[in-house]
Amino acid sequence: MTLLKINELHAGYGPITALFGVSLSVDEGQTLALIGANGAGKTTLLRAISGLIKPNVGLIDYEGRSIGGRDPHEIAAHGISMVPEGRRLFPSLTVEENILMGACSRRKGPWTLDKVYDLFPMLKDRRSLLSTMLSGGQQQMVAVGRALMSNPRLLLCDELSLGLAPIIVQDIYKTLQSVSATGVSLIVVEQDINQAINSSDNFLCLRKGEMVLKGTKEKADRAEIAHAYFGN
Amino acid sequence: MHEGETLSNSGWKIETPLIGPAFLALLVIALAAVPFFGGTGTMRLMVEIFAMIAMAQAWNLLAGYTGFVSVGQQAFIGIGAYGLFMVALKGGIDPFSSVLLGGICAGLIGAISAPALFHLRGPYFAIGTWVLAELFRIFITNNDYFGGASGLTLARVLKEIPRDIRNDTTYWIALALAASTLVLVYVLLRSRFGLAIRTVRDNEYSAESVGVNVRGVKFTVFVIASFITGCAGAVAYLNTMFVTTSAAFSIEWSAFIIFVVIIGGIGTIEGPVIGALVYFFLREWLADFGTWYIITLGSVAIAVIVWAPDGIWGLIAKRYPIRLFPAGAVMRKKPSN
Amino acid sequence: MIEWIDTLIQGILLGGFFALSGLGLSLSFGIMRIVNIAHGDFLVVAAYLGVVIVGLVGINPIIAIAIIAPVMYAAGYGLQRSLLNKAVGGSELTPLLITFGISIILHNVLQEVFSADFKSLDAGSIEVASIAIGNIHIGLFPLSILVVAFVVYSGLYRIMHNTRFGRIVRATVDDPEVSSLMGVDTKKIYSLGMALSMAIIGIAGALYGIKSSFSPMTGGDQLLFAFETVIIGGMGSIWGTMLGGMALGISQIIGFKIHAGWGAFAGHLIFFAFLFVKPSGLLAKGDQHA
Repeated sequence: MTLLKINELHAGYGPITALFGVSLSVDEGQTLALIGANGAGKTTLLRAISGLIKPNVGLIDYEGRSIGGRDPHEIAAHGISMVPEGRRLFPSLTVEENILMGACSRRKGPWTLDKVYDLFPMLKDRRSLLSTMLSGGQQQMVAVGRALMSNPRLLLCDELSLGLAPIIVQDIYKTLQSVSATGVSLIVVEQDINQAINSSDNFLCLRKGEMVLKGTKEKADRAEIAHAYFGN
Repeated sequence: MHEGETLSNSGWKIETPLIGPAFLALLVIALAAVPFFGGTGTMRLMVEIFAMIAMAQAWNLLAGYTGFVSVGQQAFIGIGAYGLFMVALKGGIDPFSSVLLGGICAGLIGAISAPALFHLRGPYFAIGTWVLAELFRIFITNNDYFGGASGLTLARVLKEIPRDIRNDTTYWIALALAASTLVLVYVLLRSRFGLAIRTVRDNEYSAESVGVNVRGVKFTVFVIASFITGCAGAVAYLNTMFVTTSAAFSIEWSAFIIFVVIIGGIGTIEGPVIGALVYFFLREWLADFGTWYIITLGSVAIAVIVWAPDGIWGLIAKRYPIRLFPAGAVMRKKPSN
Repeated sequence: MIEWIDTLIQGILLGGFFALSGLGLSLSFGIMRIVNIAHGDFLVVAAYLGVVIVGLVGINPIIAIAIIAPVMYAAGYGLQRSLLNKAVGGSELTPLLITFGISIILHNVLQEVFSADFKSLDAGSIEVASIAIGNIHIGLFPLSILVVAFVVYSGLYRIMHNTRFGRIVRATVDDPEVSSLMGVDTKKIYSLGMALSMAIIGIAGALYGIKSSFSPMTGGDQLLFAFETVIIGGMGSIWGTMLGGMALGISQIIGFKIHAGWGAFAGHLIFFAFLFVKPSGLLAKGDQHA
């Protein structure tokens, strides 16, 4: 069943358009990898889905209804959650308070504070520390845990691997897989192409705001992707 | 531009449009003739308008172009006025030359208080200027040397001078003040210093990093604005010949100045002039309604801030390409030979 | 010696009032980055509300606070929701100019409605009661104001750090964008923040109306005092505002004792001196950058 459907989306920042006619769809339980160079429009796309920017033209349908242009907090209440680029934890809040913030939309579901601690036991030991005092990898876990607390049906992950050691990145993606196994759909933006494609069902490559290649994990051809990514 | 191409050989040149100043010159000549056929009441009103235009330009220079808001302009108005009265009454200097002296007093106070005030940013700077005004207001009110609570009057030193000459001279001084303020601000903003001013407004840190002496710019602008406001305050009270602390140091001065600039169009040179005209028109029209006049003005100002932040001139400039005193670069292609 | 202790105590008691008043100002700045220039005028509005309520119902003005605070709360919510929310997050100038406009409108409207006469709220015998410690007399009413200030400060601290609402407010202040991604209606949080700020102003205003005589024009002074309290105490620190209030209170009492007209003046001087000497304030956490 199609959860998210985007059609001919044009969006940007004021007079600067960053997306030109992007279309995609994500089914329930599926993972889509968004790849592309810096400035290709990946984060812009996630921001448009989450409501932080309004589309200029085009449709964003979720659960069968149009969400394009709605306020972020309304969209969050419908079950779209984001792990933002750079984590963006709340610096004045402790680890536990950060995670609890994810539950503001009060959606029902399997994820609770205890379940998040089960997933990331080392966070439980650090629950009263200010989130800024944790290592990069631990902060990423807090960000993921925070996003899960809203019991999302669609989880948007922006550059989870940024600034993290490879072994930590592997752990995080293993966690994502277990989340995906519970039926949550994922859109993963990732600079590490291999990591992105290996952990997803489908992929979409953007360049300068346009779609240049889409495909499935099985049929992914590295040469083709590199060509699409760099455009030479 | 490509390699080897400079501004001078690229085929473009930067112009300073003279249409504004030309228009102004004609207007000044026309206005200078008013004392020959205008009545006292009209001239009194026009002096107020000219003073307000100068004050508004000064505030606009601070807030609209350099980016820091003051709600304490009454400090300099009062200091300028009291400066004039004190040198005229105690120093025996003729009141008309004292206008500049009043302005200098205000400029000096601006220079002294600037270092302290610049520790504050944004809204805190604004309120800090208000505290400065209060310091002076209370000080003067409690000191009989300065006239205390009952104020000062120029009647004694002015009674030698025939009324017509007195009114005409005051009028011409006010006109000269308004006109020279407009020219000064125009020239200033179109200079390199003017460019520096506007970078400070946009982003102090970036300005600093490209070598703009931010502290120097802020200081200079503040002192200039204080000086102009002081001169305007001196003229305004020369006009009434009587000053009290509760009038000269009243917050209402800042209120009117701010409303004038907002409604006319902040960040432009034309805006404050239009705003001043609107202000006085409204004042005369709603004169019978007491404080409802200022309530209306305030409400209009708020509405303008929220829905039409570029003011009246902003609305005009959006529709028509007239630019009388553009502060930004105006480039024109050189005719190719 | 007694004279000095008496001055100190009176200064601290006065400081309690400034601390309460300053809290309202620093709250709206801390949450919405709005410096409410109409702060003092809203204090006066609360005092006039007291006049109206006492006139209508005849109760003691202290009891009227129970009505004034909720009314101001609602007014703050409405003001933020209808007008000030349009100014959040943009240029600093805009909320400043809007609240300045509101200030001017408010004191002129008050003048139209109530005339320029000075008024005062009469709370009865508590206003003159005092506790004696040796040769020193401590006014019961000023002491109560100090106690109220402590209670409000502690209450606010607990709300901010021990409740879900406080957690949401702190998160929204940190990062409104991410907060909205979590499902928080940030506009509503700002409205609630202003509501809280105005409720505190309501309490402070009613107490102000009892302890002093007021007129439509006295709001300006109160704004400056609240502002000086926040700056001297150091921005970003709630308890700093309390200390700042004390410092200002003591300065003003000393000035007043030197000569009756110089109370506020002394406060303004100390404020400027602070700017030259220790501009970050007594207990600064953040900086003055708005």
